[in-house]
Amino acid sequence: MSTGEKYLWAAYLVVFAAVLLYVVLISLKVGRLERELASLAELARDRETRGG
Amino acid sequence: MSTSLRNNGAALLSLTAAALLVAGLSLAIFWAPEDADQGISQKIFYVHVPVALTSYAAFFWAAWKALRLLWKGDERHDLESYTAVHMGVIFGVLTLVTGSIWAKVSWGQWWVWSERQLTLFLILFLFYSAYFMLRYSTDPGPRRSRTSAVYALFGVALIPVSFMAIRLAEGLIHPVVFKRDGPDMEGSMFLTFCVCLAAMLALAGALYLTELSGKRADASLRELRERLA
Repeated sequence: MSTGEKYLWAAYLVVFAAVLLYVVLISLKVGRLERELASLAELARDRETRGG
Repeated sequence: MSTSLRNNGAALLSLTAAALLVAGLSLAIFWAPEDADQGISQKIFYVHVPVALTSYAAFFWAAWKALRLLWKGDERHDLESYTAVHMGVIFGVLTLVTGSIWAKVSWGQWWVWSERQLTLFLILFLFYSAYFMLRYSTDPGPRRSRTSAVYALFGVALIPVSFMAIRLAEGLIHPVVFKRDGPDMEGSMFLTFCVCLAAMLALAGALYLTELSGKRADASLRELRERLA
């Protein structure tokens, strides 16, 4: 592989890695939102049980 | 825009971006001819320039949303403007990194301070990076929304300067491809570039809508938690 080819693949890989990292970060965020939603649903159910 | 429409829009844009990215990279690697001067390393152009133009587009979108916030007073534009700046900065980092890789292989240096185009893009990037510091130094509310909107609007004035610098610069080593009489490249190269640009814009659009949904869900959950507490 020539030097030019190595740099070309490096540039393409940087963009690919950035998109991949972004997808990982988004999936972590979705996981956190799911946990928060579950805890809020539990809190709402507790209130309903105590109230009713 | 309703939530389901926005989510469907993000899914549709993601699929379009994936298809265009595969098509664009295939065209760049297997179809577009090698440049006579720079050889295969010139093909970094098909990633670097679309990423840079997408970054400019995101900053323009942020300014448009900021203008609408200041004009109409609708607070939902604040989150949209903020998310667009977020996207612009991510694509800005990619522009600087891919540009540096291209500079190293073409000029033998990672960065050339005497090139106005590079320095002005760096200034633009740092300006928008400082947006986050400004935003998080004030408490959430209308004051923060308005200050952020004014800042996003000021930043957009730097874009034409950054874009034109390449044409106004003297002692130029950064290549000029788009001239007054059209693009200075073969038809196959221009078509490949257009596909790659469309791919990057679709990718940015998909990421923008996904990020916006996440931020809105986050805000709704925070509000719900406060009410239930």
